[in-house]
Amino acid sequence: MTEVPALLPALPEIILAVGALALLMLGVFSGEKSLRTVSALAVLLLLAAVAAVLPGYHDTVVTFGGMFVSDSFGGFCKILILIGSAISIIISVDYLERENLKRFEYPVLIVLATLGMLMMVSSNDLIALYIGLETQSLALYVMAAFSRDSARSTEAGLKYFVLGALSSGMLLYGSSLIYGYTGGTSFEQIAAAVSGDGPVPIGVLLGLVFVLSGLAFKVSAVPFHMWTPDVYEGAPTPVTAFFAVAPKIAAMALFTRTMFGAFPEIADEWQQILVFLSIASMIVGAVFAIVQTNIKRLMAYSSIGHVGYALMGLAAASPDGVKAVLIYLAIYLAMNVGAFALIIAMRRKDGATESIADLSGLSQSRPAMAFALAVFMFSLAGIPPLAGFFGKFYVFIAAIESDLTYLAVIGALASTVSAFYYLRIVKIMYFDEPAAPFDVHPGKGIVAVALTSAAITMLFAFPVIVSRVQAIAGTAAQSLFQ
Amino acid sequence: MTDWPILSLVTFLPLLGALFALVPRGDEAVVARNVRSIALLTTGATFVLSLLIWINFDSSTADFQFVEERAWLGDTIHFRMGVDGISMLFVILTAFLMPFCILASWEAIQKRVREYMIAFLLLETLMIGVFCALDLVLFYLFFEGALIPMFLIIGVWGGARKIYASFKFFLYTLVGSLLMLLAMITIYIHAGTTSIPELLTGDHFAAGLQKWMWLAFFASFAVKMPMWPVHTWLPDAHVEAPTAGSVILAGVLLKMGGYGFLRFSLPMFPVASDYFAPLVFALSVIAVIYTSLVALMQQDMKKLIAYSSVAHMGFVTLGLFVMNPQGVEGGIFQMLSHGIVSGALFLCVGVVYDRLHTREIERYGGLVNNMPRYALVFMIFTMASVGLPGTSGFVGEFLVLAGLFQVDTVVTALAATGLVLGAAYMLWLYRKVIFGDLSKDDLKRMLDLSLREKLIFAPLIAVVFWMGIFPGAFLDVMHVSVDNLLHNYDTAIAAHEAGRPAVAEGAHP
Repeated sequence: MTEVPALLPALPEIILAVGALALLMLGVFSGEKSLRTVSALAVLLLLAAVAAVLPGYHDTVVTFGGMFVSDSFGGFCKILILIGSAISIIISVDYLERENLKRFEYPVLIVLATLGMLMMVSSNDLIALYIGLETQSLALYVMAAFSRDSARSTEAGLKYFVLGALSSGMLLYGSSLIYGYTGGTSFEQIAAAVSGDGPVPIGVLLGLVFVLSGLAFKVSAVPFHMWTPDVYEGAPTPVTAFFAVAPKIAAMALFTRTMFGAFPEIADEWQQILVFLSIASMIVGAVFAIVQTNIKRLMAYSSIGHVGYALMGLAAASPDGVKAVLIYLAIYLAMNVGAFALIIAMRRKDGATESIADLSGLSQSRPAMAFALAVFMFSLAGIPPLAGFFGKFYVFIAAIESDLTYLAVIGALASTVSAFYYLRIVKIMYFDEPAAPFDVHPGKGIVAVALTSAAITMLFAFPVIVSRVQAIAGTAAQSLFQ
Repeated sequence: MTDWPILSLVTFLPLLGALFALVPRGDEAVVARNVRSIALLTTGATFVLSLLIWINFDSSTADFQFVEERAWLGDTIHFRMGVDGISMLFVILTAFLMPFCILASWEAIQKRVREYMIAFLLLETLMIGVFCALDLVLFYLFFEGALIPMFLIIGVWGGARKIYASFKFFLYTLVGSLLMLLAMITIYIHAGTTSIPELLTGDHFAAGLQKWMWLAFFASFAVKMPMWPVHTWLPDAHVEAPTAGSVILAGVLLKMGGYGFLRFSLPMFPVASDYFAPLVFALSVIAVIYTSLVALMQQDMKKLIAYSSVAHMGFVTLGLFVMNPQGVEGGIFQMLSHGIVSGALFLCVGVVYDRLHTREIERYGGLVNNMPRYALVFMIFTMASVGLPGTSGFVGEFLVLAGLFQVDTVVTALAATGLVLGAAYMLWLYRKVIFGDLSKDDLKRMLDLSLREKLIFAPLIAVVFWMGIFPGAFLDVMHVSVDNLLHNYDTAIAAHEAGRPAVAEGAHP
């Protein structure tokens, strides 16, 4: 006698799955010209999923035989992911039309990838984790190669696929080891098996290392970051914008969920690995970005650095650490969608440009755009009173609370180095002589997104915003520790 | 009157002005004119408003006054503002100098006037905020936020090597500040509060921890101050910054370092301050003598004044760390005086720079012949900088030396040589620029001070003499607060000395 599992906790996922198929049908029957319609509907679909997350936000429910969990930690991350995906669609449409990439599959792929991300965030079992991850990744591989006539884009897609498959393999191998030594795939079973009494089986540790490597690849933490700059550079810019935001948030959420769901008792074991990943990511992200001349590559290294800071919060292995990670992700989302919206808007008559030198003198030819980009750069550098500062602030608090002061010191020094390359962009825009100006019309969507995120970034220090965000993140983090 | 959030008003009024400066439309000249007027009105109004703080200030208590508190970041980190006898005068100083900066930029800045004025108004908000903030995080927010407008002011409107100078300024300051941020977080975790008044009372930190925290704060304030050997960003920043930028840099931004010592290092980590005082003395004496010698060799007027600033700041740190009433009050007074005098000296350089577009000392000479009024103004500020009795410079230096003499005569003697050297380079500068033959043709064509320039200098001169002849008006305000600071400091040191045997063997982390 099989029981029908409770479906309601998975309503957002179900909405996306059914909706994606419907959009696919719509696109197939109405052809290439339907990009705008399908995009608009996809955005609505994602917003509907946000609405579906909200009713059950505060309840922790486990369903599908313990494989799927819905709680406010998941809800928080899901809302960020859904917003990130929706914005990615909004800022892409104009670009796709102008660059001859007018294909309706684009929004459908984003919705499918988002579906995978939501499943990742809610997974409570190694198998669910893997399924969610692969659903996401397959859609992402295709998106990286979306500009199929461009050699760079194809290369990016292939590279991402090969390395992604490798990392999935490692993850799977690690999962099988853990299953072999603990006798379960659900996080509860694993947590019960490695309760910290007595020595931890070496197989579990080995499995943990493999799983960590796989996850580190997905968040592009050093030393598993090699694919990031190439894929970011090769993929069409809107795809890069999407890659930089939603999948990063999903992977960080999954990382957090796995560590605290399955291995809470052996935090000492994974903490040291996370400390290393964090330090390496912060340093590599800061140092290698300095020499970049392509803004997408620069943003790739910037995102590696930011993952390092988020991992610092995770390495703290405390509720405050998780809270810091969540705040960091929310702020990261706001800054990055804005910055990427402006990078997408970097185009001249003869096509899109990606070189940092093209920003020369932007403050004189396009003052508003230069100002917004400068706000994002100062914020990414973590200068108060902009939003980016608060992200780092909470992460540092968590690290020092957990006696990881040295990690915080390294983070502080790395952030000075990274300030250098963010400042370099400001310098090029404000101090250098103007280059040929960009096109005047970046599209309404891009302007709206850039303005909104610039406003959030600038006004974050206002009590109403910052205190709310940290309170919400605090309760979300608590739900993971019940 | 007292239920007005007057500190918030003074702090955020310039921000409001900056928003207004976004409004004017039309062609460039009209916009520039309107924006200049908006900026001048805003800074003027801010100054008038700040005087209300002084008028209503009760100098018989060491408590913080005009205190405001609002919820901000969760339960512990609140939006707290307030001033005491130490910080109040810095607020006035900032608000006082700002209108002169706007006036000094009236004609010198012709490109991107709107952005320039907005940057300055933003900077004013952040600087006043630093001196009013009574919460660690809020303080850090203002302290660090001031980097952004200053970076842009140097980088956009600066001279030939502006990019190098702006990056150096930004990165030097950032390294120090981030270490301070970590120390602030440690305070938050150990003491469970970020409220500065709470942290000022009571002994929160073990001696070992204090030393680390002191060093982290020192990293930030020493760079900001700037102390030898991390002073090298200052001459670059000064030389490349526009005149008004130099004024603010010398007049206010440097004071944040000294204020930081007074507000954080000395009262919160007394044991560490006592322990590290010899280090501070050594660095300060080196700064006084070495940078004075360096100043003697400069070809560039602004660089010379910049090095003289480092030397003067050396006196300030000497005064602050001797920890007796004369020294601390002298240090504070010296900061206020230096804020006015060096600001005015940069304005003096600005006057001739606007006419000849060079700061090279060799290019000038004999200006007394065709610019007698300028010669007089320049002389007054030169004398104030040297520390002639009757000017503001004398009071500060005298008090510092008097305080220092009670502690260490050798250091006093060395510091006093700085005075002689100071006289040497300032008089040398004055002789080169003002006296001698008026032989160069382009110099002969230079006009004396315009009405705008006279309006700038008249109040500055008045204040220099006021501070020099009647210093009591300023010293009385700070007296109670300084006594309170010293009392707490001595108590903490005594308690530590008494408790030393008990905690000697690793009882504290």
